[in-house]
Amino acid sequence: MSPSKAVLKERIIKQILTACAFSSLLFLFLIFAFILVEGLPLFYKVGVKNIVFGMKWAPTKGLFGIFPMIVSSFLVTFGALFIGAPLGLGCAIYLAEYAGRQQKLFLKPALELLAGIPSVVYGFLGVIYIVPFIRQFIGGSGFSLLATSIVLGIMILPTIISISYDALTSVPRSYREGALAMGSTQWQSTSRVVIPAAKSGILASCILGMGRAVGETMAVIMVAGNALKIPTDMLDPLRTLTSNIALELSYASGDHRMGLFSTGVVLLSIIMVLNYLANFVIRRTVIK
Amino acid sequence: MMLDCALKTEKLNLYYGAFHGLKDVDFCVYRNAITALIGPSGCGKSTLLRCFNRMNDLIDDVKVTGSIFVNDRPIDSIDIIELRKNIGMVFQRPNPFPFSVQDNLLYGLRVHGIPKRQHAEIVERCLKSVDLWDDLKDKRHTSAMNLSEEMKQRLCIARLLTVEPQIILLDEPCSALDPIATLRIEELMIELKKDYTILIVTHNMQQAARVSDHTGFMLLGDLIEFGDTSKIFTAPSDNRTDGYITGRFG
Repeated sequence: MSPSKAVLKERIIKQILTACAFSSLLFLFLIFAFILVEGLPLFYKVGVKNIVFGMKWAPTKGLFGIFPMIVSSFLVTFGALFIGAPLGLGCAIYLAEYAGRQQKLFLKPALELLAGIPSVVYGFLGVIYIVPFIRQFIGGSGFSLLATSIVLGIMILPTIISISYDALTSVPRSYREGALAMGSTQWQSTSRVVIPAAKSGILASCILGMGRAVGETMAVIMVAGNALKIPTDMLDPLRTLTSNIALELSYASGDHRMGLFSTGVVLLSIIMVLNYLANFVIRRTVIK
Repeated sequence: MMLDCALKTEKLNLYYGAFHGLKDVDFCVYRNAITALIGPSGCGKSTLLRCFNRMNDLIDDVKVTGSIFVNDRPIDSIDIIELRKNIGMVFQRPNPFPFSVQDNLLYGLRVHGIPKRQHAEIVERCLKSVDLWDDLKDKRHTSAMNLSEEMKQRLCIARLLTVEPQIILLDEPCSALDPIATLRIEELMIELKKDYTILIVTHNMQQAARVSDHTGFMLLGDLIEFGDTSKIFTAPSDNRTDGYITGRFG
């Protein structure tokens, strides 16, 4: 007996949905293939060492050193973490442990909105308020590691808050009750039991926040100053890996263009390591 | 010897929103004895137990009227931290923290600022009083999450003993345990009775009959009958108690 019409339809729908699911894998593969094909040849030609540890970026003269940008990317990332992690964690703890229904009702949508604001708007506000503020009250041109860290610190808040909030709320209620029933204060229960129990999720939120900070481009270009050197001071301008690609791609050609793809290869590797770390941290808890 | 009440309620009423959870309950937990609360699910026995360490405060929309006395002091006049330190609680599911055995036992000592030099001695004494010392003395730095359910529950009891409560509330402490482990925890309760006042909520009538000195039977928020365990189980004065203990309902 041949299958009925309903069964056939069911099969087709399943096939279509499977195709949709695997298309994301295909896109990922294409992106990798594309960047590697364009970016790897230069590594052979100039040498990995001269690119990754090269100090000078002058693509028209055959110098493709992106070490200052790698350092800068990490500096702004840690700067962002320094600002975003305590603030985000504090917010997540408030939401998970202290906030009543009322406060959650307006805080959670506000956070979603914060996550949805386009990065150019963050950059814009950075240029209009943060950069002049730094120039006037702290020093330098204002376009600086400090300004970038502040802007990125705010931008990674939603990531840190939502993931550490999930980690905190998945701590069983019985731990809190156990702690409170022994005469702990709310803060003792939170700081000595709930946070330690959620620590890997919190760590993962910070790593994913770092991933977001490393990858951010638009806002960084607008406030970083984009100078090609390793910043030695919080007030020095800097250029990150992402900015380098975005700033020069429109006019680059030949080896210069390939150099930008090589920058992309390095960037992709950093993001992959961060994602792997976050997954590793999360999985380890699940197994435990 | 006059029996005196370590815990007492007078005309205690509790509402969850519109739901009337406890109705005019007059109840007493005698000192250095085991008092059991029995009754079908949802009768309010856990709610009543949780009134004594104010764990119901954690739930929104709870309203309490009437009086509760702890050692003859009104409960509202006692600092909540002191109250909960003095009245320990054991939960239905063993809830050790996801730390080492040692850190579980040190939790209360750290929270209440008990000097470090006393820690070792207290840990040893409390582990001994729940019969875990021989099993765990060399495994104190392993995770408490890897213990058997029974050992976890014993550890939780040891953990609350570290802060030296006078009264212990047990909320169906054996419902996650097998029958052998249940019997051993019951033996432990009888052992602890010498030094502590115990209130146990249980859905297991045999357990109440085996361990308790006094029993209260609750139904739909009412304390139907309260008296000596032997009397409740052999000659209950209320039909409903008789019906419940002989298994006609519940």
